[in-house]
Amino acid sequence: MSSLYVRGARVLWRTIRLHRVPFSLSLLGTMVFAATSVLGTVALGDVTDRILIPALEEGEVDTGTVVAGVAVLVGLSIARTIGVVFRRFFAGMTAARMQRTLREELAERYVRMPLADHRRQSTGKLLSHADTDVERATEMLNPLPFSIGAIAFLVFSLLSLALVDVWMLLVGVVAFPIVALVNRVYVRNVVEPAARVQALTADVADIVHESYTGALVVKTLGREEAEVGRLRDTASSLEEARRRVGSLRARFEPTMQMIPNAGIVLLVAVGAWRIDAGAISTGELVQAVALFQLLAFPLAIIGWLLQQMASSVVAHDRLDDVLGATTDVDPLVGSLGLSTGPLAIEIEALRFGFDEGGEILHGVDLVVRPGEVLALVGSTGSGKSTLVQLVAGLELPTAGVVRLGGVPVPDLLPDDRASAVGLAFQVPFLFAASVRDNVVLGRSVDDAELGRVLAISNVDRFLDDLPDGLDTVVGERGVTLSGGQRQRVALARSLVGMPRVLLLDDATSAIDPTVETDILLRLRASLRATTLVVAQRRSTIALADRVAFLQDGRIVATGTHDELLATVPAYEALVRAYEREAVG
Amino acid sequence: MTASTFESAGAIAIVREGLRQSPRLRRGLGVTSTAALAAAVGRVSVPLLVQQIIDRGILADGGFDGGFVTVACAAAFLIVALTWLAHSTTLRRLVTASEAALTELRVRAFAHVHRLSVADHVERATGAMVTRVTSDVDALARFFEWGGLAWILNSGIIVLTLTVMLVYSWQLTVTVLVVFSVLPFLFRAIQRRQLDAHDRLRTDVADQGIAFSEELGGVATVRAHALNDRSRTRLLGAVREVESSRVRANRYMALSFPLSELVGTAALGAVVSVAAWRGESWGLQLGEVVAFLFLVNLLLNPIAELSEVLDQTQTAIAGWRKLLVLLATPIEIVEPDDGRPLPDGPLAVSCLGLGFRYRTGEQVLHDLDLDLGPGADVAVVGETGSGKSTFAKLLVRLADPTEGELRIGGELVSEVAPAERRRAVRMVPQDGFLFATTVRENIRYGRDGSTDADVEAAVDGLGLRWWVDRLPDGLDTELGEHGGRLSVGERQLVALLRAQLADPGLLILDEATSSVDPETERAIAAALAQLAVGRTTISIAHRLATAEQADVVLVFDQGRIVERGSHDELVAAGGVYADLHQSWLGAVGAE
Repeated sequence: MSSLYVRGARVLWRTIRLHRVPFSLSLLGTMVFAATSVLGTVALGDVTDRILIPALEEGEVDTGTVVAGVAVLVGLSIARTIGVVFRRFFAGMTAARMQRTLREELAERYVRMPLADHRRQSTGKLLSHADTDVERATEMLNPLPFSIGAIAFLVFSLLSLALVDVWMLLVGVVAFPIVALVNRVYVRNVVEPAARVQALTADVADIVHESYTGALVVKTLGREEAEVGRLRDTASSLEEARRRVGSLRARFEPTMQMIPNAGIVLLVAVGAWRIDAGAISTGELVQAVALFQLLAFPLAIIGWLLQQMASSVVAHDRLDDVLGATTDVDPLVGSLGLSTGPLAIEIEALRFGFDEGGEILHGVDLVVRPGEVLALVGSTGSGKSTLVQLVAGLELPTAGVVRLGGVPVPDLLPDDRASAVGLAFQVPFLFAASVRDNVVLGRSVDDAELGRVLAISNVDRFLDDLPDGLDTVVGERGVTLSGGQRQRVALARSLVGMPRVLLLDDATSAIDPTVETDILLRLRASLRATTLVVAQRRSTIALADRVAFLQDGRIVATGTHDELLATVPAYEALVRAYEREAVG
Repeated sequence: MTASTFESAGAIAIVREGLRQSPRLRRGLGVTSTAALAAAVGRVSVPLLVQQIIDRGILADGGFDGGFVTVACAAAFLIVALTWLAHSTTLRRLVTASEAALTELRVRAFAHVHRLSVADHVERATGAMVTRVTSDVDALARFFEWGGLAWILNSGIIVLTLTVMLVYSWQLTVTVLVVFSVLPFLFRAIQRRQLDAHDRLRTDVADQGIAFSEELGGVATVRAHALNDRSRTRLLGAVREVESSRVRANRYMALSFPLSELVGTAALGAVVSVAAWRGESWGLQLGEVVAFLFLVNLLLNPIAELSEVLDQTQTAIAGWRKLLVLLATPIEIVEPDDGRPLPDGPLAVSCLGLGFRYRTGEQVLHDLDLDLGPGADVAVVGETGSGKSTFAKLLVRLADPTEGELRIGGELVSEVAPAERRRAVRMVPQDGFLFATTVRENIRYGRDGSTDADVEAAVDGLGLRWWVDRLPDGLDTELGEHGGRLSVGERQLVALLRAQLADPGLLILDEATSSVDPETERAIAAALAQLAVGRTTISIAHRLATAEQADVVLVFDQGRIVERGSHDELVAAGGVYADLHQSWLGAVGAE
């Protein structure tokens, strides 16, 4: 398990390198502390000789000497205190800085990592990396400067012991292999249960997160008890794992605490034998005991560091799994710009499949001419949403190409792509911010532009019903708005900046049909964007210039609604089915 | 105690109440404390014994006493071994007790959140509630297993050391106590600020969690609008806030530990001065004073260690407080202990003077009178905010009426046994939330203890075999987080299958406002028709077809039923419903 120490040392070294200043200051504090501690021991002996002995045995002591003696004691102590404050404050700062470093790396990674990677990992897991894993990973940083400072103690004590007697030195030296051995045994045993504790902690968070998100369904299904049972199972496994770590600790910690005490008794015993043999004087033994007491301290601190190291390294491994992933950068970040003017969407022999499932699109060919409104119609699972996401550049095709204005989408500059393309999803994601912020999303939008997009998307029609109008803060994920209102806000957001390509993935499905019609008419009138709209309602289809019919991952027909109705029986069946449902 | 009293309660009160609520934490605490005390005695007595060996065996007037040293060393080794045993026992017992208690607490807090009303869920951020059950409990665990031990052990050592001090000289002990009595005041002065700094830190950590949760949850939106920079800025901002408030909180932690050191040295100085001044007149021997100084030094470590865990203690108590506040949040819906059963078959629904008012005071339902026979097929229509959804919530007891009474199958809803209600009254919500497991498991959630055969029967019963066959692995298809692999319409199919499995006598359908692709739409309609057979059905309708086909249409407006009757009657009457019908026709006619 030495690799664990090596990995631990590597992590420590990286921290020191990155956060040199607070670490050095902390180390300085430790040095001051070490020096004043040693001097304090000497001073106390001196005070005994110069003040207590004259006072108690001769009954006579100079007040000035008492004052001076106490002043030295207190002065040293103040210096020591300042050292400790320095050490602790800056050690804490080093840990806080390293947490920031790790979280910044995670944030950077999350921002850049491909959408496919996001899909593969649950939000709960990614969250727990940024939260508990980072905390754990930096836990060993607090005792770090102290441990390094403790080495100074160590050298001093061992040298002094060596001056007394070789055998005495041996007792001191032998304590180290024992500490190292005990640590090794502990670490070897604790790594696995500690990793299990961390994994189960993440599982508990996952369950709680999922269960609370679906709270309404849990209630209506009467599954509260079952959910509680589910949590109880995982929490019990966690309890079990933590008890295993606890029982290892119950053997390790007392042993570590025992070593200095046992060492001192051993020292006295060996010392007695050496005195008997005439090798050392009684005074020398007393001195050796005092020195060993100084030694106990660094022993404890270094032991503490090594103990923390195990769980910190485990947490680091979990972080490295994310940070060191092979696909480093979102492949959809190109460098080409777009020409001005209307843009065509050209899709050629496009294939796509999610890696966990089969192929969804089996070679799609489709052209949407500049300024044209094309309705994409197809049954569930035909691949409509996937096609839209490929056009938007959110997924990378497995084969074939999608071009906007002649440029393959993955080669586009993200900013160019985003300003040219407006995309609205069926299930919009709203931030827990004001309606205005949700529309603007930090882009520079003037009032006229804002008014325009709010009017097209019909958001302005419900603003008056909201307590603070445009500044009303919507709840988490927009829960305080209705589904249709959320869709309207998301639509407004996608219209900011006059996109030249508009992709509506069933983005008006929850909107009242009359409002939807108004929105679509306004869109046509004001935008003249090349529009690809996934349509469910006949009213939507009716507004399109042309219709593309997608079946089983292929475009099987394109043409006007009436043409398709007349020539494609499957299309007719699908559309008629809806009609029957709508009219009853 | 109520939630608000906990918010202002002191640390001691929180610990007392916390212990009261966790009997497993209290159980065996006597034995654990005794073992801890034994460990403390052991830890103090080894240095004392070494001191004695040096004084009497090595530096004694009679010269080096080999026999005494041997015996005393043997005794010291024995004490070391016994101390190990006591310490180990204490730790093991503490971990066992606290882990068991915390699992209980975790599960209780989790269950409590599920028992809160839906209104509470909307008001509280999911992230914050997750924190209660996860990191707050973890902070408590850390405290019990590290800080808790430190408290018991170190208080023991302090008491023992003071006792030995008293044996040497009560005057010097009083001197030490007087000097140390400054400490509590110093700590209290720091504690206030430390607590504030910690609150700030916790808030910032929570905000950081929200930021990560939103930016990760909305990552598709972020990418679609190329908002990566905005996302990054927000995350980095939150991360930096946490860093700076951590450094601020750490300032007080850095101070609290050395303070005790400083006071300790002042005590040493005081002892030296007092001994030099009055020692002789009190008849103190040099050896006694030196031993006393040694004891004062021994006292420093435990005090320093206690100040060390003070910080951890603060965090834990802050978390404990939040947990207690959560657990004290009143459950508005109290299930009857011995509830009444519901009859089998379709259920009648009636209400008399039914009203509902939110805690905020907003009245959303007024004086509803209604009598629906078993097997009725009812559509409820009305504008958003007309009270129709609230009415549905009352039916499944997601909330209780504030006025009047509501009966299902002749029984007051609040008196029906919860298991009966869940069996016989079922709501299909708009968004069929799915769990990250297989389709089969998700359907099975419809009824506890249902078998594979039941699930298969439900699929066939609603005529959805073709849909299941189209899924990549049929019923065993794994769904992603929140059922991400199914469309909105397909999620509704799962919700319907759940209801079919439950076989309720009263079915409440909160029709989805989203339109679904025609094929799924048709599947849903067919499944619904099957599902409704032999049950009382109340649909919160958004579709013309649903209202047209219903036996009775109830028109809600501003919390009242303003019209009732069949579709044709209401259209002929030319009221609110007729207008609504007109706008529906208009929308369909736009094709």
